[in-house]
Amino acid sequence: MKKFLAQSYIWLLLAMLYAPIIIIAIYSFTEAKVLGNWTGFSLELYKNVFGGGLNSSLMKAIQNTLSIGILAALLSTMLGTVSAIGIHNLYGRKRKVMTFLNDIPMLNPDIITGISLFILFIAVGVSQGYTTILIAHVSFCTPYVILSILPKLRQLPANTYEAALDLGATPAQAMRKIIIPQIKPGIISGFILAFTLSIDDFAVTLFTKGNGGIETLSTYIYADARKGGLTPEIRPIMTLIFITVLILLIIINIRSMKNTKK
Amino acid sequence: MRTFKRSYWALPYLIFMLLFVALPLVMIAVYAFTDSSGAFTLANFTRFFTTAEDLHTFAYSIEISIITTLLCLLLGYPAAWILSNSSLNRSKVTVMLFILPMWINMLIRTLATVALFDFLRLPLGEGALIFGMVYNFLPFMIYPIYNTLNKMDKSLVEAAQDLGASPVKVFTKITLPLSKSGVMSGIMMVSMPTISTFAISELLTLNKVKLLGTTIQENINNGMWNYGAAIALIMLVIIGITTLFSEGERENESGGLL
Repeated sequence: MKKFLAQSYIWLLLAMLYAPIIIIAIYSFTEAKVLGNWTGFSLELYKNVFGGGLNSSLMKAIQNTLSIGILAALLSTMLGTVSAIGIHNLYGRKRKVMTFLNDIPMLNPDIITGISLFILFIAVGVSQGYTTILIAHVSFCTPYVILSILPKLRQLPANTYEAALDLGATPAQAMRKIIIPQIKPGIISGFILAFTLSIDDFAVTLFTKGNGGIETLSTYIYADARKGGLTPEIRPIMTLIFITVLILLIIINIRSMKNTKK
Repeated sequence: MRTFKRSYWALPYLIFMLLFVALPLVMIAVYAFTDSSGAFTLANFTRFFTTAEDLHTFAYSIEISIITTLLCLLLGYPAAWILSNSSLNRSKVTVMLFILPMWINMLIRTLATVALFDFLRLPLGEGALIFGMVYNFLPFMIYPIYNTLNKMDKSLVEAAQDLGASPVKVFTKITLPLSKSGVMSGIMMVSMPTISTFAISELLTLNKVKLLGTTIQENINNGMWNYGAAIALIMLVIIGITTLFSEGERENESGGLL
């Protein structure tokens, strides 16, 4: 009985957490303009998403979200990998300073990250747009990449790098053949993490996008919601994003479970 | 000598961080203490502490943040406790189910909450705001508590039981004190974003209720950068103090969200 109550409590909480998402998913299969009106089952909205029936500004916003996500993930993964190896070889106070700096973007609320970068950009007179969004995203994604690589570096058997050098490998070879392959799982998880963080971001993008009219999916949705009506096609897009994130997370988790088993 | 060289690899990142993390924060402080012509002034702060509307918003944000954090703790602790006591494999999957919604864009989640309230024909407003906050941040409470409870040495509980402690005593004397660091992490992770959010309140109350984040955003949008920076600095100081205060209690949960 006690166990039953406990289980029902968990399921109740989960139902509460998922109810809004499920409603969006259900209403993505009807054509009604207003969410909450059911006008019969239809795949029209999905057809619009894939058949080019989207308005061009929404299309552009999706493209921006994806290209910024991929670029930010690539850049922060490269920066993060190099830095993680550097930090791993730091000791004492230097290491403390680096970990402290690395923690700041993760502890900062995103509105502070956004405003601080906004003020920096206006102070030095940089016009804001695609590049400033990208810089902002790299700045808050890299710490997470580093955190997913550092544990892998710690698990490396000691002195394999030095052993490779003693056996005649150049430092570049030792890095490419010894270190990188062994920390690869961390690098890949870091990349996926950075990608999801970037496409998920709203507040930082809002403050760093400037007035040039560039939008990502989240700032587009925000502007749309403020005007009152939500473009119906957002419903299938949200549903698709949810499923994509679900798949990505399952991949990351299976990877990390496999690694712990080893 | 070789290890010395590899440590240089952190250098580009150090420069990047100084430029795009440390310097921007310094710039907030600079703007907060200057007027639009760049001269030193305290006017931004005196304005904040003498404007009734902004002070009210400030107090209200803290109130909403405390309510949300308490509700998350009340709902989340039992859930974390139940999860840590169920068999390992199943609880791992269930924990993932709790974390999953967190990876959906916050705006989308909030709009979905609006949809839910419309669907149930409930009015938007303060109630919706608190539900939306709890909905958005509950996973941040459950996860760290679950982690500490999971790492806890279960034999301590058994020992207390064998020595005749009642279930209530076991909980208050063993489980609760041992999970304190997780609870502190959870409180931090929920209260920080609730104090700074702005879109959630806008969407869930049809812009009737203003939170501190909204005030900052409005000022920045209207070109009052110095005043906006001053409020942001006040928020930053509050967050800094809370972080320092809880640092001692907090276990290092870094990188633990996945």
